Amino acid sequence: MGVTVTVDDSTGGEGLLRAPLVIEYPFNRTTGPVVGAFVSALRDRRVLGIRAADGRVVCPPVEYDPQTGAPLEEMVEVAATGTVTTWSWVPEAREGQPLQTPHALALVQLDGADTSVLHVVDAPGPEALSTGARVRIRWAAEPTGAITDIECFELDGGAS
Amino acid sequence: MRDVAIVSVAQSQHRRAAAELNEVEMIQPVIRAALDQVGATISDIDFTCSGSSDYLAGQAFSFVMTLDAVGAWPPIVESHVEMDGAWALYEAWLKIQTGAADTAFVYSYSKASPGDLPRVMSRMLDPYYAGPLWPDSVAYAGLQARAMLDAGVTTEQRMAEVAHRNREAARNNPNAQVVGSASVEDLLAAPMFSDPLRVHDCPPISDGGVAVVLAAGDRARDWAERPAWIRGIDHRIDSHQVGARDLTTAPSVAIAAQRAGVDGAFDVAEVHAPFTHQEQLVLDGLGLGDDVVVNPSGGALAANPMMAAGLIRLGEVATRIMDGSVGRGVAHATAGQLLQQNLVCVLEGGD
Repeated sequence: MGVTVTVDDSTGGEGLLRAPLVIEYPFNRTTGPVVGAFVSALRDRRVLGIRAADGRVVCPPVEYDPQTGAPLEEMVEVAATGTVTTWSWVPEAREGQPLQTPHALALVQLDGADTSVLHVVDAPGPEALSTGARVRIRWAAEPTGAITDIECFELDGGAS
Repeated sequence: MRDVAIVSVAQSQHRRAAAELNEVEMIQPVIRAALDQVGATISDIDFTCSGSSDYLAGQAFSFVMTLDAVGAWPPIVESHVEMDGAWALYEAWLKIQTGAADTAFVYSYSKASPGDLPRVMSRMLDPYYAGPLWPDSVAYAGLQARAMLDAGVTTEQRMAEVAHRNREAARNNPNAQVVGSASVEDLLAAPMFSDPLRVHDCPPISDGGVAVVLAAGDRARDWAERPAWIRGIDHRIDSHQVGARDLTTAPSVAIAAQRAGVDGAFDVAEVHAPFTHQEQLVLDGLGLGDDVVVNPSGGALAANPMMAAGLIRLGEVATRIMDGSVGRGVAHATAGQLLQQNLVCVLEGGD
């Protein structure tokens, strides 16, 4: 039978001793032939997808076919421009996010791809953005071979 | 298949911050209560399995410390999943199916309060494409909500109605953290929090835990007057690549439901949908009729202890079967973000 367990909450956290604890895990990851090709191309300011068994281009690329599980090999270059397929507004940026100003988190279907990449869009406010908006990549000044070589997307037409 | 039942459920009174307790102190009374209800001690249990997260605890192998709350001497047979406790229950159910155990004890818990939960949640994502962007869990959920709104699969009105119904239901749940709701009209008048989500669309951040006793056959009948028999249980997963998913459906819910035998009439459904828009995706995947009472506990919108809120759904259905108020129910648990992984369990009273 179900019961409720109540604990004494009388202290309400007052007077408790606290100390900060920050945990970080520095990793150097091995990327392999598919993810490695993708991030290496980003360093050259090119974006690669991969052709799935049904002919669709998956970007960012996956190592195995989403439907059949067969290994995939054929890398396909896609454009640096695309369409916002869905988005949400980040009113207050958190540490580590690509933009430290209010921005949108978004899925962007790059021209030539059949799936979307997760990234952020630089826009002045949520009213400036809508699903279907055209965006283009703003490249990082010094690419390193990581998804963050895409600094962000910006609205195509220069609204931001 | 062996007949296996839930025979005891206990949970904490969930709250925003159990600041004065560590994890062991928080879960120990819950563990004690679940065993006491069937008059058992840990030596009556053949297999123990827990669910928790080192990322939330801020410590490697944190579940080992929590075994102090169970008592691991003399040695016990024990396992752990870095998942919601519903998956720990699945492992325990499998263990009993193999014949290696007749009784099992399952518990899960977390304290989200020491950290910044929306940021910690970003560590669940793949480390190459999504992790380096540190997407917070609320904005991430907003991607799914927007996709559903754009496709006309849900509306802001319906999302507010879900928030209202769940939190009003929570008035009858002594364990709930967020109880009662403003009117749907007032909810919709509130400003956006992380557009398209308002505050009412989001789950609370909770500290808490749950414990469940499982037993097979006659052992279950000895321990409970009305055992809640597990008639079917299955779990499935969708792609980890969010941009390759259709966010307006939850295929893995439907497959798990079909394989768990979700068919015919149910008195109650408890679904694990942390964000308002997700409830509809789960219900659509389960394919339930309109006559089913959904989330009489208030669901994850009333209390959302990470790693426990899924197992609590199974516990809420089982509790109602054990007290005789319902005959048959379906429980759903989710893991990952945006309903990526889903477990469905059919529970029933009777012999």
